[in-house]
Amino acid sequence: MASIAQPRTQTVERPIVKTNSGLWSWITTVDHKRIGMMYGAAAFFFFLLGGLEAMIIRAQLIRPDNDVVSAARYNELFTMHGTTMIFLALMPLSVAFFNYVMPLQIGARDVAFPRMNALSFWLFLFGAILINSSFFFSAVPNQGWYGYAPLTDLSWNPTKAVDFWMLGLQILGVSSMLGAFNFIVTVLNMRAPGMTLMRMPIFSWTTLVVAIMIVLAFPAITVALILLMMDRYAGTMFFAAAAGGDPLLWQHLFWVFGHPEVYILVLPAFGIISEIIPTFSRKPLFGYAVMVYATCVIAFLGFTVWVHHMFTTGLGPTANSVFAASTMLIAIPTGVKIFNWIGTMWLGQLRFTTPMLFAAGLVSQFTIGGLSGVMHASPPIDSHHNDSYFVIAHFHYVLFGGSMFGLLAAIIYWFPKFTGRLMDDRLGKINFWTVFIGFNATFFPMHFLGLEGMPRRYYSYGEGSGWWFWNVVVSLGGFFLGASILLFLYNMAHSLKNGKVAGPNPWDAPTLEWSTSSPPPVYNFANVPFVTARDQLWADRYGAHEGDDDMDVTVAGREVGHTLLPDEKPEDQERRRLRTDDTPATHIHLPNPSYYPIVAAFGLLLAAIGTLTEATTVAHLGPFHLTAITVAGIVLLFAGIYGWSFEPAE
Amino acid sequence: MAQAVIEPQTHGAGHDADHGHDHADHPPTSTGINSRKLLMWLFLASDCMFFGALIATYMLYRNKERVGPYPHELIDIPYTSVSTFVLLMSSLAMVLALAGLQRGDLRASRIWILGTALLGLIFLGGQFFEFTEFYREGLTLQTNIFGATFFTVTGFHGAHVTIGVIWLLSLFFVSLRGGLKQEDSLDLELAGLYWHFVDIVWIVIFTLIYLIPYGEGHNEVAKTAQQVFETGRFLLAGIF
Repeated sequence: MASIAQPRTQTVERPIVKTNSGLWSWITTVDHKRIGMMYGAAAFFFFLLGGLEAMIIRAQLIRPDNDVVSAARYNELFTMHGTTMIFLALMPLSVAFFNYVMPLQIGARDVAFPRMNALSFWLFLFGAILINSSFFFSAVPNQGWYGYAPLTDLSWNPTKAVDFWMLGLQILGVSSMLGAFNFIVTVLNMRAPGMTLMRMPIFSWTTLVVAIMIVLAFPAITVALILLMMDRYAGTMFFAAAAGGDPLLWQHLFWVFGHPEVYILVLPAFGIISEIIPTFSRKPLFGYAVMVYATCVIAFLGFTVWVHHMFTTGLGPTANSVFAASTMLIAIPTGVKIFNWIGTMWLGQLRFTTPMLFAAGLVSQFTIGGLSGVMHASPPIDSHHNDSYFVIAHFHYVLFGGSMFGLLAAIIYWFPKFTGRLMDDRLGKINFWTVFIGFNATFFPMHFLGLEGMPRRYYSYGEGSGWWFWNVVVSLGGFFLGASILLFLYNMAHSLKNGKVAGPNPWDAPTLEWSTSSPPPVYNFANVPFVTARDQLWADRYGAHEGDDDMDVTVAGREVGHTLLPDEKPEDQERRRLRTDDTPATHIHLPNPSYYPIVAAFGLLLAAIGTLTEATTVAHLGPFHLTAITVAGIVLLFAGIYGWSFEPAE
Repeated sequence: MAQAVIEPQTHGAGHDADHGHDHADHPPTSTGINSRKLLMWLFLASDCMFFGALIATYMLYRNKERVGPYPHELIDIPYTSVSTFVLLMSSLAMVLALAGLQRGDLRASRIWILGTALLGLIFLGGQFFEFTEFYREGLTLQTNIFGATFFTVTGFHGAHVTIGVIWLLSLFFVSLRGGLKQEDSLDLELAGLYWHFVDIVWIVIFTLIYLIPYGEGHNEVAKTAQQVFETGRFLLAGIF
């Protein structure tokens, strides 16, 4: 952000910063808060788009032999619904909070690499637009969101549909990786003085863990998509069984990425409610350290279970048993988390505000999804569930009942920090119950449909199937849920103008983002905070807990263990005294705006578009024909990177 | 009330890629590790997974080709050993370039940066001729599963080397313009980390694709071991 000079000697009440709000300032912004807002707005838009696709799917299935859409269109709708919700809605919405909240929570002024952050956003946006632009070229991806071979094979799927999907995901992958690098370095390197790893808010911990998962999981899908690209563009046969390839390789590579991906989607929500539940229980998080370890264990085990997506592909009893066991193991750290949330609420002074309702909703609804997950961790049961609506019910309970409940809670919880105004609580509570009822009406009956044998991805069913009744319930529930989301949108828009003014800390929450104004100034903190305790604002306000180092934990009057509280060394006390003395801060470093990120991102988009067009071939790279547009894109990408590296000239 | 004075910033973003200017102004990082160096290590971690997945693909399809030309008819271990040796020596040159820059010997750093890039280019030239030779003997991406995996795995490694060469040459020209001084040695160190990583990946690829013989029984193993031994003796004789 541009900043204006003040002579050193002049004392100002608070730093004066010229804020621009024009379009150009948003295009060139490198401010983590603005980038977070853009991520959030774009992700919510795609959430609505994915929701609309689901509404059409439900309209088609509301009665037997319906013809709202054709079978081919139906394939496109479920493919785009899955792709959109996972890659364009849930993930970027989590990233929006990583971006906006995490640096504030750790007491930083920005992320470690602000321009790379902007590049991540623009790549995400361009990748999302590329995938969705397929609607305008009648080449909508139709192979399902996990794109199994041979459905993606050129001979079976000769249009550009798969190409749009493959190139879009590749760009989104680059975006996610760059973002993840940035978050890891930020969390590890940019913490405020005194903010040890074990004093860090749990949401920042989940940011770190999720980012590590992204760094290790995404290369697998990058390679899978490269091999697919070679198959489609260069005539190789990696996934073509007839020519010696192996379609199962795609499944392995995809799920080596895909299973960690579901934890990438759900762990941020776990982190979010681990902030919300203590705040509204008026109690520090129960078993903080165990919560951190559980997050790490889930992340580790998440890489060891991918074959449970492939139990019915015939890998044999040994592989199935091993992966069944590792899958069941994940229930342990996840269960630990659920009990920790309950333990936090236990004997707390509960305040059921809207975010707390959504957080408690997550605990209950995710548990249902977790339980059905344990069911089909068992290969024989999975053989029955596989590709039925039972699986659909399961993953919507974890992805909507888990991730989305958490993200909706996060929007309401941090809305006052983003905008300075609270969302309407009365409307919010009503909205929670409509979402809750709509969600359960939509997805619970799918368990019954699945057990009755209704297969997923069929565009229609016969009247004699006996599935009509529950499909009507599901569809009506779906429409109700859709309307509830619109109500949520209305609440956001309404509260933006008319909400109660929040002040810095409307919830009396303990983490650092609540110590600065709402919305925070561009430099976040006038003085970088000095951290002495885990729940810093509570420690400042209410004093440290009794028995500083070692606190007994009693549940219902019975001592069940003890937890360590961060100690405060004498030198820490001294630095804290200095901090409260309002030592004037000088030298606030703020990164300059830059247009190179969007240039580089556009270059990559152009290179991808070039392979989709029939433009003249200007160069050959082995069997690849590079069109003029691709070459222009590559040149632009390099120009962007070079300009960036040498920016600004001395 | 907090009091603060904001000073104008004269250069790029707070912590990213600011090429060594005003390092002193930067607040110390929480871990003590430079953020850009940490970023490079993280990138290398993801690149490990990238090559891991590619090499796993190769291993899955090893000895699965149904039509020729077969790998044992094509692979020329002594030839590739020479280019492997060239690539490994480029790592030595890289070390010397960084050591030169760190002690402030700009001339040495320039010579060795250029030397590293040239050795990389020689390796790439070797790969180009190898690809051409295989192509002449009938191996393309489409011929069989060996062609597909071989060209993809070694091709992506070659692409990494190419990017490394471009990076090194860029640093060389920056150095000629006086932009790469002793205090900027981190800029070169990052390129070095990348370069050494790409070399290490090649050692794995060379072992798995070239040295381990293809499904012709024990004789082939013995023959290959003999070839490796001969090559090593030849190279050692060359050095001493």
